[in-house]
Order: sequence, then C-alpha cells, then structure tokens
Amino acid sequence: MSPVSRGFHRRRQDPGENAGRIPPGQYLTKDFPVLSAGPTPHTALDRWSFSVGRAGQQKTWTWDEFRTLPSQDVTVDIHCVTKWSKLDTSWQGVSVDTLLDLAGHAGPFALAHCDGGYTTNVPVEDLTGGKAWVAYAYDGQPLEPEHGGPARLLVPHLYFWKSAKWVRSLELRDTNDPGFWENYGYHIYGDPWREQRYAGD
Amino acid sequence: MAGTALRRRLSWQVAKVSAVTTETPSVRTIMLEVPDWPGHQAGQHLDIRLTDEDGYVAERSYSIASAPGEPVAITVERLDDGEVSPYLTDELRAGDDLELRGPIGGYFTWGPQDGGPLLLLAGGSGVVPLRSILRHRERTGSTVPARLLYSSRTLDDVIYRAELDQPAPGVEIIETLTRHQPPAWTGYARRVDAALLGEVEWPAAEMPLAYVCGPTSFVEAVSQALVQSGYPPQRVKTERFGATGGT
Repeated sequence: MSPVSRGFHRRRQDPGENAGRIPPGQYLTKDFPVLSAGPTPHTALDRWSFSVGRAGQQKTWTWDEFRTLPSQDVTVDIHCVTKWSKLDTSWQGVSVDTLLDLAGHAGPFALAHCDGGYTTNVPVEDLTGGKAWVAYAYDGQPLEPEHGGPARLLVPHLYFWKSAKWVRSLELRDTNDPGFWENYGYHIYGDPWREQRYAGD
Repeated sequence: MAGTALRRRLSWQVAKVSAVTTETPSVRTIMLEVPDWPGHQAGQHLDIRLTDEDGYVAERSYSIASAPGEPVAITVERLDDGEVSPYLTDELRAGDDLELRGPIGGYFTWGPQDGGPLLLLAGGSGVVPLRSILRHRERTGSTVPARLLYSSRTLDDVIYRAELDQPAPGVEIIETLTRHQPPAWTGYARRVDAALLGEVEWPAAEMPLAYVCGPTSFVEAVSQALVQSGYPPQRVKTERFGATGGT
C-alpha cells in the first residue's frame, strides 16, 4: 500500500466511462509522443523490404509487394511504458497472421529487427489470432518516420516498445531471447494490465 | 547493441526529500535520501509515484541529475497542465516522503570506459541527464574532451547556470538562447540547426559519442543533422520527452 503523498491532489479528470481502458499507472493523452533511442532512420521505399521466417529461410516482400497484401483497418488503444495511454488510434496494415500464413512458418518466438538496430522479442502467440499487424498508415495517412514509418509493428495489447518502429523482419526462433530494451532491464513480456514495466514486475 | 543485463527487481521504496533548490522560475532540483539505492549510471532515470487520499496514483519518470556516487537528485520542470510536475516543483519540501523506484534505462548512459570525445546536446530540461554525465566525468577524473551545446529560451531558463559557468578542465559549454538574449550576450542566439552544429561539433573522423536530450522537435533536428554530417547513428544516443499535455 503506497503512502499518501502530503498535499498531492488529482488534477486530471476522472476518465469516466474510459476508466476500464486505462491500465494501472497510466494516464490518458491526446498527443502522440515520440520516444526512440537513436536518430530516426529514413529508408527509401525502393530499398525497403520485409522478411518473415527462421534465419536463412525467410520469405521477403518488397514495398510494392507488401502493399498488395490484404490489409486491415484497426482501431486500438495503445499504452507506452513511459506512462501515457492513447485511446482509439486508427491504423492500417497487414495482419501478422497473413504474413505467417504466406511465409509458411510458425513460432514459438519472434524477434523483430528494425532499421537502426533496434530489436524486440514477442511470443508468436501474441502476434497471431488478430492481435498484431505490420502497420504502414496512421489516421489515414502514410506512417511518418518519427512514428516508425514506413512501417512499424503494432502489438497493442503489450507496452508500446514491443510495437517496434521501422520494423524490417520478424525472425522466428525457438528461444525467447531479450531484445533491445529487454536487455536494459525492461520486462521480457510487457503486459500493461499487469504493469510489467521492468524485469521482475 | 547488446546491453548490460539488468535483471534486478525494481521495488518501490519511500525516499526522504532532503532539500529542494530553485534552478529557474519553473525548475527545481530535489535532493533525496534513498534508503536502498543500488547505485546508478550517469544518464539513467527513475520513476516517481504519487498517491492521493482517495488512493489515486500518478506515476512519471524523471532523469537523475546527480552523478553516480552522489546523493540521488532529480531536476524537474513544471508543466503547467501537468499533474505530477507542479506537485514536485511547488508543493514538495524538505522532510517529505517521496515514493520512487530505479534506476531505469541503460542505453542513454555514459561511463569513462565509453570514451569520447563527448558531444552533449541539450534542449531545455534535456540538460538534466547530461549534467549527470558531466559530473560523472569530472568525479572519475576522466580526461575525455567534452562539449555541451545547451539551448534555452532565455537566460532565466538556463538550468545549473552557476555550475555551467565553471566547467571542469576539458569541458566546453556552448549556449544558445533562442527567444531572448540579454545585452552583451556572447553566445548563440538561434535554434540549433545543421549550420550551428557544424560550428561546434567534433569532426566525425574523431569518432565522437553524441547524446541528445530534449523535446522531440529538438532531438529530431539535431540527431538528423549529426547523421548527415557523418556521425554513425549508433554513436548518436537520444532521449526525448514529448509534451504530453492535454488531458
């Protein structure tokens, strides 16, 4: 039980009917803050590709090929480990189910690789069953580089660092090896509803 | 980019505020006595948790301002539409309890073994973790050359002003005031862009290590300019704070 902070009073409005959509320790924002560990990469679309599968036997799409894959429009709530949550964000992208079906591979674990060297690990069962996408549009517009364009992973039921910006491949593995932030002490799984921010949470 | 594995559980604990000092009209440094602090690296942050009488909880992250080995301190800028920062800057006082856990993060950090030369680029309160790095450099006796380019709106907004006026040997402090400059101001008077960076940055051939911290617009502009001038992206570490105002 946390001690009461002398003189502290809530200043944010009660989220009302949205209260059940905000995980513990999070607050609502209408902005879309940007967080990343290094400079924003700018990969030209004619040099962009996306790969899925085990190392050495991956299925690869060019940008033009990727854009012909069936896409979905999804509206989801997102939760950043730095405490902000944003409701009803609208994305367009390709379901990871579709990608895995076409690649002909399955789990159990995936390591997302990104331009700039970023990685993050996600169990494949958290990427399948309509739970994850490779998104290339936000709010009806091409995804801006600052927010991960040309394409980012979108895994909204986990903390947003799992929704890797500038994603270029999903490498399937037998082991759940920690990615970039996971190596720096962030939680290996990252469920916002269990407030799994850091290792041991 | 493999990191140092940090697998220790981060437990909440109650620290005691030992002092609150005024840095600028909107910025305070809060000195803390933390009963069980495992030590931190320069550049890391910690989480604060406030609880009101109804059990309502608000959590935020703040960069650690002090060097490893010094008492833990954070420097906080008041965001007028914020919920936690106005409490920390205006209400909190010596003797109060403050719940926290940390340290957190391990990428935006520097130690003498990381070398340099160091190029530190700060926008506004983004100077806080970079100050920890500069103090750590001095306390460890490192001779790595270091430059801090620090952008503020006005002279009154400069955090750690007295300290930055007395840099340690081997450290150069370069300031720019973007909104208003006092008479006889000899520093820069414009926003940091590629041209200004070109005048102050270490040549890429010296393999400098850059740390950029500030608002998103500042970090985006500065980190892009560094990459375009030949800095490898892996040598440009960034930490951004978006204005997460609104409700």
